[in-house]
Amino acid sequence: MAAIFQGVGAAEALSSSPFNSFDSNKSIFSPRRSFSVRKGASFAVVRSDGTVNLNLKGRRAQQLISNAVATKADSAAASSSSKPGHELLLFEALQEGLEEEMDRDPHVCVMGEDVGHYGGSYKVTKGLAKKFGDLRVLDTPIAENSFTGMGIGAAMTGLRPVIEGMNMGFLLLAFNQISNNCGMLHYTSGGQFTIPIVIRGPGGVGRQLGAEHSQRLESYFQSIPGIQMVACSTPYNAKGLMKAAIRSENPVILFEHVLLYNLKERIPDEDYICNLEEAEMVRPGEHVTILTYSRMRYHVMQAAKTLVNKGYDPEVIDIRSLKPFDLYTIGNSVKKTHRVLIVEECMRTGGIGASLTAAITENFNDYLDAPIMCLSSQDVPTPYAGTLEEVTVVQPPQIVTAVEQLCQ
Amino acid sequence: MALSYLRSSSSRSANLLKPLSSGLSLRSPISTDTTPITVETSVPFTSHRCDAPSRSVETNPKELLTFFRDMALMRRMEIAADSLYKAKLIRGFCHLYDGQEAFAVGMEAAITKKDCIITAYRDHCTFMGRGGTLLEVFAELMGRQAGCSKGKGGSMHFYKKDSNFYGGHGIVGAQVPLGCGLAFAQKYSKDETVTFAMYGDGAANQGQLFEALNISALWDLPAILVCENNHYGMGTAEWRAAKSPAYYKRGDYVPGLKVDGMDALAVKQACKFAKEHALKSGPIILEMDTYRYHGHSMSDPGSTYRTRDEISGVRQERDPIERIRKLILSHDLASEKELKDIEKEVRKEVDDAITRAKESPMPEPSKLFTNVYAKGLGVESFGADRKEVRATLP
Repeated sequence: MAAIFQGVGAAEALSSSPFNSFDSNKSIFSPRRSFSVRKGASFAVVRSDGTVNLNLKGRRAQQLISNAVATKADSAAASSSSKPGHELLLFEALQEGLEEEMDRDPHVCVMGEDVGHYGGSYKVTKGLAKKFGDLRVLDTPIAENSFTGMGIGAAMTGLRPVIEGMNMGFLLLAFNQISNNCGMLHYTSGGQFTIPIVIRGPGGVGRQLGAEHSQRLESYFQSIPGIQMVACSTPYNAKGLMKAAIRSENPVILFEHVLLYNLKERIPDEDYICNLEEAEMVRPGEHVTILTYSRMRYHVMQAAKTLVNKGYDPEVIDIRSLKPFDLYTIGNSVKKTHRVLIVEECMRTGGIGASLTAAITENFNDYLDAPIMCLSSQDVPTPYAGTLEEVTVVQPPQIVTAVEQLCQ
Repeated sequence: MALSYLRSSSSRSANLLKPLSSGLSLRSPISTDTTPITVETSVPFTSHRCDAPSRSVETNPKELLTFFRDMALMRRMEIAADSLYKAKLIRGFCHLYDGQEAFAVGMEAAITKKDCIITAYRDHCTFMGRGGTLLEVFAELMGRQAGCSKGKGGSMHFYKKDSNFYGGHGIVGAQVPLGCGLAFAQKYSKDETVTFAMYGDGAANQGQLFEALNISALWDLPAILVCENNHYGMGTAEWRAAKSPAYYKRGDYVPGLKVDGMDALAVKQACKFAKEHALKSGPIILEMDTYRYHGHSMSDPGSTYRTRDEISGVRQERDPIERIRKLILSHDLASEKELKDIEKEVRKEVDDAITRAKESPMPEPSKLFTNVYAKGLGVESFGADRKEVRATLP
């Protein structure tokens, strides 16, 4: 399994994005969303071949982060300019991926609310309208159903639109288009039309955004036949998945997370993509397999530190591909550890964890020493009050308890 | 209907010298004659925010005969589909277009195969107009491999990519944003082509239509929205569903044109006008005043919400095929017998196609899983025993 990163080194190296005006210390957001950057947990750069560069910060006491999200680049990495690659934040990585693909293929265009002149409500499309013009970066009116439909219609002719939902929850209005037209047209036309569309947007529980703006749509979309779903969690895989999604002939839904946009990481300068159906091995281990995705990855890594202190050796896999599941990587892990814990932000009922539990039980039941545990968000609308909101999602102490229970 | 025609006598006499296979007939070979004839449409156009096109339509004998033949074929096909449904060879939904054929042929006469068409579920005749074959239609209706969507789509999912026919959609109104997306792609690629997005009077009350119209007007897309107003949204008459049944005016800031949809020549004129308008100044709405003889679908008798007198009245006074027949006969372009022969020929064609379609086999069970995803970029769907994980740059 050659790493994409290494393989590309041999190929022609494309120049890195001309976008280099990011502020490494502070990002300016729209006043609607306030954002606080906390002292970070360790961060790991993971290559797709499974080699991991762990950058543990040692055992120094961390303040317990109940909303562990962003990481400040540790000073050691920032000062060593001899390291390859460049540092950027997750939203900039998405922007870089999008820009590179738009440079590469004139059929790629972006549609969404406030993506053009405003620069995108999370700055993912900042600067693109100026560079590519109004025909390729389109500000739409607030009409999700129809502009998603228009994107699908354009994709039928061969264009490759990237539809942005300002918040994933708004895409519920376009559910008919996504389910019936996007997912099914390739099948019902007998293979005549492909829909190379990318539908992306931030979702998940944010910082007291309220019930309607904290939705997790993975569970609703997961049974639509014909679409692929991926969730990014680091700048590295955000850029890689964005590029792979744009190049894919299938419709892809890319789930981002509102609280992860300010993660900083050093990513390669070369052109690379991440396989859309591959899971990422975050931390190899022996005792238990922890499957997670998106923001919960950071809660899990937080808990992993505590667990390591207590003597456990968890294997953490970021499943990344929500549809279809990477049962190969997951299966190999289950065969090794015989215990599975799923940590997700989706709802308990009918969420990704529920499907994953079913899939693992069906395929790997013989290898399990204990029933699969699934930690998900509570089946409640996300409350506004901060304390209540914290309890809605899975927190690191709960993960630690679950692993201890599982490993008895 | 008022008829006025101009024909140069010199061309007529020249035609007398041509050898004719029909012996005694002194008329020119009608299948290739393109001498222009001008006909007036049955009713004038009503317009909203634009200048209506002229009532005089240029046509020629070849075109009129083609109209007759194509409409007779479509009519015959739909009636045959009716019998097949009752014989339980077609299951599920079957929405028949008989009575509305004039729009399908009239539109085709005004545009090219590079222009895109997208419609809802009453798509059999539109598919034929785009160059589909009878075999593909019947095989798809019966769920056989020879169907245009390999038997996996059914009555509501006819597509023909090479002639830019984008289907075939079951959800009411959902095809209109798709159609505006097609128009966007045309503008993006600077094709100088237009998209006809068809919908019915029932779908005209869908919100996504107005959303798409707003975006099309904002971005100046070459989209032509055509409301095929057959006055009934399934069982609900238009006056019970729409506060304002003037669908051509519903676009408000978008120009509109109301056309007699049972007159193929009026349709042709309107579509030509609309194409020119869309390429120059953005979207336009066409309302086609038409009628369907059958019920909404095969499960609907069609007579619980309208009287049989109404149906037969329209059939007598406004039938599109009869109109063209009268036109042909009054201009002496063909004899009664020749037209009857065409109809017999068409009937035989349809029967042959049904026989061949019945011979086509059902899809293989393995085909259940094909075409769920398109393959590309080395991305393949694997199960638990996938051996290799790779991503390759193209």
